[in-house]
Amino acid sequence: MTIAVTKSRVEDKLYQNRYLVDSGRPHIKVRPHERPSANLLALTHVCPAKCYELNDKGQVEITADGCMECGTCRILCETSGEIEWNYPRGGFGVLFKFG
Amino acid sequence: MDMIEEQFDAIVIGAGMSGNAAAYTMASHGLKVLQLERGEYPGSKNVQGAIMYANMLEKIIPDFRDDAPLERHLVEQRLWVMDDTSHTGIHYRSDDFNEAKPNRYTIIRAQFDKWFSRKVREAGATVLCETTVTELIRDAKDRVIGVRTDRAGGAIYADVVVLAEGVCGLLGTRAGLREMPKPQTVALAVKEMHFLPEEVIEQRFGLKGDEGCVIEAVGTTSRSMAGLGFLYTNKESISLGIGCLVSDFAAMVESPYVLLDALKTHPSIRPLIAGSEVKEYSAHLIPEGGYKAIPQLFGDGWVVVGDAAQLNNAIHREGSNLAMTSGRIAAEAIIEVKSRNGPMTKRNLALYKAMLDKSFVVKDLRKYKDMPALLHTNSCNYFTAYPRLMSQAAQNFMRVDGTPKIEKEKATTAAFIKARSRWGLVSDAVRLALAWR
Ligand SMILES: Cc1cc2nc3c(=O)[nH]c(=O)nc-3n(C[C@H](O)[C@H](O)[C@H](O)COP(=O)(O)OP(=O)(O)OC[C@H]3O[C@@H](n4cnc5c(N)ncnc54)[C@H](O)[C@@H]3O)c2cc1C
Ligand code: SF4
Repeated sequence: MTIAVTKSRVEDKLYQNRYLVDSGRPHIKVRPHERPSANLLALTHVCPAKCYELNDKGQVEITADGCMECGTCRILCETSGEIEWNYPRGGFGVLFKFG
Repeated sequence: MDMIEEQFDAIVIGAGMSGNAAAYTMASHGLKVLQLERGEYPGSKNVQGAIMYANMLEKIIPDFRDDAPLERHLVEQRLWVMDDTSHTGIHYRSDDFNEAKPNRYTIIRAQFDKWFSRKVREAGATVLCETTVTELIRDAKDRVIGVRTDRAGGAIYADVVVLAEGVCGLLGTRAGLREMPKPQTVALAVKEMHFLPEEVIEQRFGLKGDEGCVIEAVGTTSRSMAGLGFLYTNKESISLGIGCLVSDFAAMVESPYVLLDALKTHPSIRPLIAGSEVKEYSAHLIPEGGYKAIPQLFGDGWVVVGDAAQLNNAIHREGSNLAMTSGRIAAEAIIEVKSRNGPMTKRNLALYKAMLDKSFVVKDLRKYKDMPALLHTNSCNYFTAYPRLMSQAAQNFMRVDGTPKIEKEKATTAAFIKARSRWGLVSDAVRLALAWR
């Protein structure tokens, strides 16, 4: 219940933002895995846009549409090879009106 | 594009504070400068609180007050220690800050960066937005000689590349010029823009005209993590945010938006933003590693400036001024090397570091070199135990309930000793004092 409430709140927050989504070219990918590491699992809470979610097989998936390109997941999970992180193509991604 | 075939004196990667300072300084000295920015417009990827320090911009654009988009000049700063229901604070307000050339302003980065970028263009630089630099090009001797972008057209060459790419620093870290920031040397901050009518903001904070007030708060709002909340007044909006170390977020498995919502509903904050319309939610990293996290700053054909070089004073919440200053100094070093017809070698570009070492940028960071580690390892005391104790002590002092004052004082002392032990109190104080020195 509380999770649903939090989730809808993040979605409401992101709804205020402007994005130009590069359809079909996600800039972040999670490598296929059996069990996520502690850091990858933590991202399901720590990612400020709640892009990371746990599926029913216990694996972590990403939907990067609401990503604000903060880089937190890169800092936590790129070195271990669990995620592949790039900037969106020029002009795409989040467009802060105020910042 | 035919310009791709050209050779530039300098390529600047990024149109944030440091990149704009560098590009402006070089272009206004006649260098042929290309600046590349991945955002649709400069500022579209950038987040700041934001307090802007006039002195460092004046050194670059002395008459910036004529047309820069400034929100409010600061006349009051509140430093708060919060527990769940209270805040204890130091407020400093002075009419002296109502001066002809005020010292600090709030700004809105997306607007400010567009203005700064217009100045860069007027100074003669070529600025290309919507262009992500994907790779640094190096020659057989490992010298950086240009960049590749995600635009069609291939390589672009320059004598020197200024990496002003911000805290993530993808290019420099992937090219092995420096290490990736560690979770314990960067904070993740989230922020919302709360819109309110101008007069409501002025009433709530007791301001007139362009006067502004800022609040910075530590305490239980960061849930024992090393973190800071902030509330800054703009003309018609309030910037409200909170940030904590990435390592703490990961270890505690906390959500930044949950912290932000808790801050918003805190009884000391809620009335200040009541009735506001939120128009944006943003997130960004802040370098917090301080002096010990500063990487190699120059090499053959490159320099790194601003957040990418971890030049951020987390204790004083200063970043944009260190970014502007390092960008300007790097540019001045490049101009100096070029005026001697020197090549942009590592040896010649060492001038940048020598100049930066003499500036406030490195001097300030060196002063606090032990602070990041202390706050990181001792975060639950500094961010939870002490804030609670301070609130108890203040309340004990103020509440009149018939308890003799001497007993009240004893109770306060006992609470501190119980929470941290005599030795703990002394050692916390000594360690803080040593790191502050
Ligand atoms: C929430 C928050 C509050 C803050 N508050 C304050 C404050 O009140 N006062 C203060 O002084 N500082 C503050 N700071 C710090 C300040 O924002 C930074 O220190 C400053 O923005 C650093 O400037 P920069 O030019 O180094 O990096 P940025 O401003 O981040 O600029 C980097 C630029 O490079 C571009 N870029 C990156 N990679 C590429 C690429 N590969 N190709 C093309 N372009 C690229 C980015 O799009 C961006 O425009 C705050 C920071 C945050 C996150
Ligand atoms: S970059 Fe930031 S917002 Fe984007 S997915 Fe990673 S943690 Fe989430």
